[in-house]
Amino acid sequence: MKNDRGDIELAGVCKSFDGATYVVDGVNLRISDGAYCCFIGPSGCGKTTILRMIAGHDDPTAGEIVIGGQNVVGLAPVQRRTAMMFQSYALFPHLTVRENIAFALRVRGQSKADRLRAADAMIEKVRLTQFADRLPAQLSGGQQQRVALARAAITEPRVLLLDEPLSALDEQLRVQMRQELRRMQQELGITFIHVTHTQLEAIALADLVVVMEQGKIKQAGAARDVYAHPHDRYVAEFMGGQNVLSGRVEKVNGASFTLAQAAPDGIEVPLLARPTVNVGDKVDIAVRRDDVALVRPGRDLPPGCTTSLPGRVLAIEYQGYFVKVMLDTVPDDEFVAYVPEKTFFADPFTVGDVVMATWATGSALPLA
Amino acid sequence: MQPRSSPAQKSPRANLAGWLYVSPLVLVLVPFFVAPILVVLAASFFATDGFGGLTPGFTLASYVEVLHSALTLKLYLATIKFTALTWIFTLIIGFFVAYFLVFHVRNQLLAIGLFLLCTVPFWTSNIIRMISWIPLLGKEGLINQALLGLGVIRQPLEVLLFSDLAVVIAYVHQLTIFMIVPIFNSMARIDKKLIEAAIDAGASRFDIMRLIVVPMSKSGIALGTIFVVSIVMGDFFVVKVMSGGGSASVVSAFYEDVGVLQYPTAAASAVLLTLVLVAIVSLILRTVDIRQEITR
Repeated sequence: MKNDRGDIELAGVCKSFDGATYVVDGVNLRISDGAYCCFIGPSGCGKTTILRMIAGHDDPTAGEIVIGGQNVVGLAPVQRRTAMMFQSYALFPHLTVRENIAFALRVRGQSKADRLRAADAMIEKVRLTQFADRLPAQLSGGQQQRVALARAAITEPRVLLLDEPLSALDEQLRVQMRQELRRMQQELGITFIHVTHTQLEAIALADLVVVMEQGKIKQAGAARDVYAHPHDRYVAEFMGGQNVLSGRVEKVNGASFTLAQAAPDGIEVPLLARPTVNVGDKVDIAVRRDDVALVRPGRDLPPGCTTSLPGRVLAIEYQGYFVKVMLDTVPDDEFVAYVPEKTFFADPFTVGDVVMATWATGSALPLA
Repeated sequence: MQPRSSPAQKSPRANLAGWLYVSPLVLVLVPFFVAPILVVLAASFFATDGFGGLTPGFTLASYVEVLHSALTLKLYLATIKFTALTWIFTLIIGFFVAYFLVFHVRNQLLAIGLFLLCTVPFWTSNIIRMISWIPLLGKEGLINQALLGLGVIRQPLEVLLFSDLAVVIAYVHQLTIFMIVPIFNSMARIDKKLIEAAIDAGASRFDIMRLIVVPMSKSGIALGTIFVVSIVMGDFFVVKVMSGGGSASVVSAFYEDVGVLQYPTAAASAVLLTLVLVAIVSLILRTVDIRQEITR
């Protein structure tokens, strides 16, 4: 029986190229069948190496990679039934679109008629019918990407691995192709693993976002979880959209604690999932930039807000539906408020204004 | 309507610049290539008094003589045999040496070192390279001694030296580098990701070579082929030395003609050979669009 399950389990996967430093350092992860999973992290964090190990182009130094219940370490890509879409696509330049897509079937020994029929069906699926006889060099970036996707998908793999598939495209095309990737994934119903360094891409596409740093997984979860509830400072800063503040715990009062800061009364933070904090601990907290409201000094704080931090406006960037206001509230770190456009222009600030930054008490998030 | 610029409508200044760009090449090619060819072409139509004296005029007598001689066909067949054998062996050796250097030597410094090693034979003269085969292939040479010592043969093999075999060996020794360099060059430009993509698709080593490496090395193979074929067909020295005078080639025949002052027949043979070579090269260029392959 052919096993079509594309669930993946990484157990203690390590990779070292030189025997001394670990590019991937003890990664454990479970990806369910048919999920769209995004690995995200800065370059050199080991995300591509993980992808290549799942694909079978690199072998892990230690650990197990299980696909559909079977340990695949040491197996060739074909035996794993994975397919990879390479960064910058690696299309065969001397073969036409049709021949590129049919390549995997050709080396599997399918007859010419069969494989060209299958390739034509796939070409139709990625809407390249009129380009079937062109060479890759005669295609635009977006079309090349679709050829690469079709070439990878034609063998009906149970897992499709995509190495920065959108990085070679310009901004507008990237958003368009992003949707196309998602559509293809739903159409094929197989597991997609996508490596990127763009957090917008990750949270827009993924069922499971995996944030990595220096060979380790920092946080893995649903896009909204990772974005709205980052575990620690690194994830919060990498995913963006958060202001990270740090300070010492002044007092602990039941379900919340107070962080000593420039604010007159300190910052009150709910404990949430954090087990315990002790007075004197150094703690990082995150406040979403779109939760921050700006008030002129002396005015009343909006209801529900107890904390207010004074600051001077450093810069203002108009972003369309919101205005990005940068403050010097936190020394050496940026503190940003995303103010809805209409709110901002009801009483616009200018650079140099002193403002109070405030937020509802419950929206501050303690970080690990 | 958009003004269309065609070469004819270009300003004289642009034309002058174009001529200036090609002038270095023209200055080299005209005196050293075009002029000698024209001299030979003219001589091939001249009559001779049989003692080296040429009578300017126009006669096809030399061509008739060359084309009517049964020797010409024989010489061409011999030359084509040498060319074909040399081409096959240099191609096989050259392809695999280049393949090894590009795809199996991971360390680039080592690859360059090995590549330079391939050029070591060229640090000495052609004659020395040929002479150095004598102690190896000769009657008392290493190979015969070894075979005698092992009891494989009783009499020394005479076929090793001063034979067609020796000619081909010397050619292959001399010309393999002309295959290695262009093939190496075109292989080195194959993105390693393509090989990985082929593996990902399930291609075997042989599939990769057949479907990716060979087609993408076509321009190098074609260039190497042109080098080898034109050198072997235009050579007489190796044939003369390595066959010990037992074999001849097209060029060695008209070299003899020159020796006995038969300039017009020599010139006619030379023109004929040039035409044959031009035909072969254009056939190669017709199969492989080198210009397109190189600019890809």
